[in-house]
Amino acid sequence: MSVQLKTPATNAYSRILGTGSFRPDVVVTNDDVCQWIDSSDEWIRQRTGIITRHRADANTSVLDMAEAASRRALEDAGITAEQLDTVIVATVTFPHATPSAASALTERLGATPAPAYDISAACAGYCYAVAQADALVRAGLAQHVLVVGVEKLSDYIDNSERTISFLLGDGAGAVVIGASEVPGISPSVWGSDGSKWNAISMTHSQLALRESVLGSENELLESAVDEPLEEHANPWPTLRQDGQTVFRWAVWEMAKMARKALHEAGIEAEDLAAFIPHQANMRIIDEMVKQLKLPESVVVARDIAENGNTSAASIPMAMDRMRREHPEVSGKLALQIGFGAGLVFGAQVVLLP
Amino acid sequence: MASNEEILAGLAEIVNAETGLDVADVQLDKSFTEDLDIDSISMMTIVVEAEDKFEVKIPDEEVKNLKTVGDAVSFIAAAQA
Repeated sequence: MSVQLKTPATNAYSRILGTGSFRPDVVVTNDDVCQWIDSSDEWIRQRTGIITRHRADANTSVLDMAEAASRRALEDAGITAEQLDTVIVATVTFPHATPSAASALTERLGATPAPAYDISAACAGYCYAVAQADALVRAGLAQHVLVVGVEKLSDYIDNSERTISFLLGDGAGAVVIGASEVPGISPSVWGSDGSKWNAISMTHSQLALRESVLGSENELLESAVDEPLEEHANPWPTLRQDGQTVFRWAVWEMAKMARKALHEAGIEAEDLAAFIPHQANMRIIDEMVKQLKLPESVVVARDIAENGNTSAASIPMAMDRMRREHPEVSGKLALQIGFGAGLVFGAQVVLLP
Repeated sequence: MASNEEILAGLAEIVNAETGLDVADVQLDKSFTEDLDIDSISMMTIVVEAEDKFEVKIPDEEVKNLKTVGDAVSFIAAAQA
């Protein structure tokens, strides 16, 4: 062959250049929750460590929260929206199957025509997106990637449900990832276990919702509904989980993956300044800290106490808060690990901006 | 292979470490939830510790059948056999 294809000029390393977050205004206390389920403030605190969660009002959308967090991350990174050349949004609560939240967000920010897409990896979505952003930058396909984790979980819960709804909050966190002269993101340790597909899931599919609303006699709408709704079931699909199965996997399996991420990064727990796990449940965080034998010098993100579990948004939100409350972690190493519905997981060691 | 008495003593130590309950309170006829006030998350921690200690597998779906300390002792004894 006489011609040779050109390939992108690659970057040696990538790193997080800036962070931003947005917490919606409505504060839901444990006493509020106890209006909907038979429980108590003490019971909820003891079992979950949650004191409050923030939720968005009806007029605050996934895109509104994503935009607010993104603008703060861009400012923190010291770049303009025009400099973005990829936008990745991790979310499971954008209410349109298509088009993506990312393309709308890109237009709102003034980053058009940057490539834009959403990913569906639930509570691991942010870490999955960081894995992609790191690879895109090092491969030379992008110089500045905006990664956003955003959820309006309050649209997909049933407040009278006891397995997961009372844990959940809304919010957005964003990071800008760009080229770096020093290694800033370790090899991603990520994966899935579809044998536990039902461990955290929706109560039923959107097809079952359509059948319950429009009826099954309409031939134009006929399609396979795997599990039709029970007669009095709430037609709107909402989240539920098998808490014990998830807890066991989240602590013991994820501790293994966290140790693997440290190994792949070539560091020991003592080298960390911070641990920023997905904010699923304080008991999971505490048990992971124990399993990983983290020294007391490691600052552990415990944003869940005030913010609840915000799925894909929880790690970047907690990271942004930690940088403000613990400026000493700046320029040091943090282990981040996301895990959730799929089941899926992703972990990296990152250099904090 | 541990005897039932040894399994009970080992379980009592695990329950004590997880919950602070006195080992003497961990008796065969005691219900984990009703009598010992052990919640589902602590129960899972106890199960995983018991798996390590007695070198058995206790599947997730089996955990809900372990209502009393005696149920757990019997399961572990059978799993070791």
